[in-house]
Amino acid sequence: MKAVRKPLRAVAGSIRLRARQGDDGGLRQYVVYLAFVSILAVFAVFLWDDGFLSGSNLLNIGRQAAPIAVMAVGMAFALGSAEIDLSVGSTVALSSLVAAVVVGDHGFLAGAVAAVATGVVVGLFNGLITVKIRIPSFLVTLGTLGIISGIARNMNNLQSMPIRDDTFSALFGAGSLGPVSSLVVWTIIVLALGHFALHHLRWGRHVLATGANRESAKASGLNTDRIRISALVASATTAAFAGVLLAGRLAIGRHDLGENDLLTVIAAVVIGGTNLFGGRASIAGAVTGAVIMAMLNNGLILMGLEVADQLIARGVIIVLAVALSMRAPEES
Amino acid sequence: MTAPALEVRDLSKAFRAVQALDSVSLELHRGRVTALLGDNGAGKSTLVKCLAGIYQPDSGTISIDGAEHRISSPDVARSLGVESVHQDLSLIDTLNVAENLFLNREYTRGGWFGSRLGLLNKRRMHEECVETLARLGIAIPSPRRPVGLLSGGQRQAIAIGRAVAWGQRIVLLDEPAAALGVEQARRVLDLIRALRESNVAVLLITHNMDRVTAVCDRAVVLRRGRKTAEADVSQVTQDDLVAFITGARTTEVPARE
Repeated sequence: MKAVRKPLRAVAGSIRLRARQGDDGGLRQYVVYLAFVSILAVFAVFLWDDGFLSGSNLLNIGRQAAPIAVMAVGMAFALGSAEIDLSVGSTVALSSLVAAVVVGDHGFLAGAVAAVATGVVVGLFNGLITVKIRIPSFLVTLGTLGIISGIARNMNNLQSMPIRDDTFSALFGAGSLGPVSSLVVWTIIVLALGHFALHHLRWGRHVLATGANRESAKASGLNTDRIRISALVASATTAAFAGVLLAGRLAIGRHDLGENDLLTVIAAVVIGGTNLFGGRASIAGAVTGAVIMAMLNNGLILMGLEVADQLIARGVIIVLAVALSMRAPEES
Repeated sequence: MTAPALEVRDLSKAFRAVQALDSVSLELHRGRVTALLGDNGAGKSTLVKCLAGIYQPDSGTISIDGAEHRISSPDVARSLGVESVHQDLSLIDTLNVAENLFLNREYTRGGWFGSRLGLLNKRRMHEECVETLARLGIAIPSPRRPVGLLSGGQRQAIAIGRAVAWGQRIVLLDEPAAALGVEQARRVLDLIRALRESNVAVLLITHNMDRVTAVCDRAVVLRRGRKTAEADVSQVTQDDLVAFITGARTTEVPARE
């Protein structure tokens, strides 16, 4: 026992040391990758015969993860700025319907642009109300969630709207680049853009400064109002783009797309090491979190669990992962 | 005599029913350190925040180098060469040392497009951060370390270093040595002396009378939002200063001509 413990402790020590010397310090940022590897390993072993690691199943996981991951990138900016966006799910639905309407009349490009623009408008609305009327974004976006869901339901009387445009479908979901689904390609593009914006643009640093300590950020001359609005715009815009991806994959726009994704997205972002209360965010972590959520879904189904048991198992694992990523020591 | 670096005339500021500042006037001169003294709640921090653009005064004027300015935001204060360290508003814990030092003054690369986009020049900021802090004698483990992981003394030193590094004309320090150990507090006093040598006007808020006699040229005392005393530090004893602060004595404010 002792013989085992000693090298273990040495490994833990060296990880901790590396974390301390790292750019951001703290073990927190590594928890999500540890969770990813562990869950992958467990499923790979126990579901070997069910083909968990088969190409088609991995593709399945990637397809499921993509819209969540795209939303998670935007949500990481919202949470990083100490705001929250509860309207992402309904924005997905609205965006898919807008895409369906516009693609039919004006083609695939106009459809995609209009759908994403819808997200920008929703984000501006959320941000302006939050900042100008000084209502917490939690409440504003709770209201927007209802409003947009209602609009989406009215748009086509609860019917789904077909999208008959092969280019749109191929580009945003059904197609692939070599062996890689276009959904995955888009996710990687959004991941790269988000990571770049967070780490290499002034804006990303200012979002985190505002989220960590708004008063200090203001005292440093930052326009925190504009930064908070922009973070909520980022969140709504990625949600709208996720709506485009779902519309492309399913070739429809429908009022309930994305409806159940809100909590999954928030869980993915927080597992990924973004602070729920602002000041710290990780884009790669958020995307990894989204992949973890998709893996759990997929693995628990392959295990043959009843829906009820899936819900319980998923809930327990999420709580564990969130607890780990929030409670991990910043420094020993 | 040239115009004061900073001149405050009849500045008033009320928070609801509380008159935090009541017609306060004072002058800061280049190459001189002015102590701003007073008991808790005297209005010292409110005055500094008005000068830093964080609060807007209700009435009164602020002039810099003889020209009247409305300091409508912290950005305006910075562009006028006014740097400040506040007691309660300082660094961003989750950003690293270099990011804090350059917050809202980031170097960008990639020319015009890069600067519009805000493309960070991290290497230049890291290099200059190390250089600047070394020049000021502030020891940090690495410019990439988040300041939340540093000790209270290190954080305070960086906050002061930031004001000193950027302070071109006027530096306002609110209790800068409060969280510091003996050695670090001494270093802060050295920094203040260096600022005076380079002809910067310094306003220092402190409760420590030894620091007043050590580095300050002039002392202004506030009590319940009003200026009750002003004197050359060399002309008064520490006991006099304490008497001013507690309200046991006041001076007539000498009209300067």
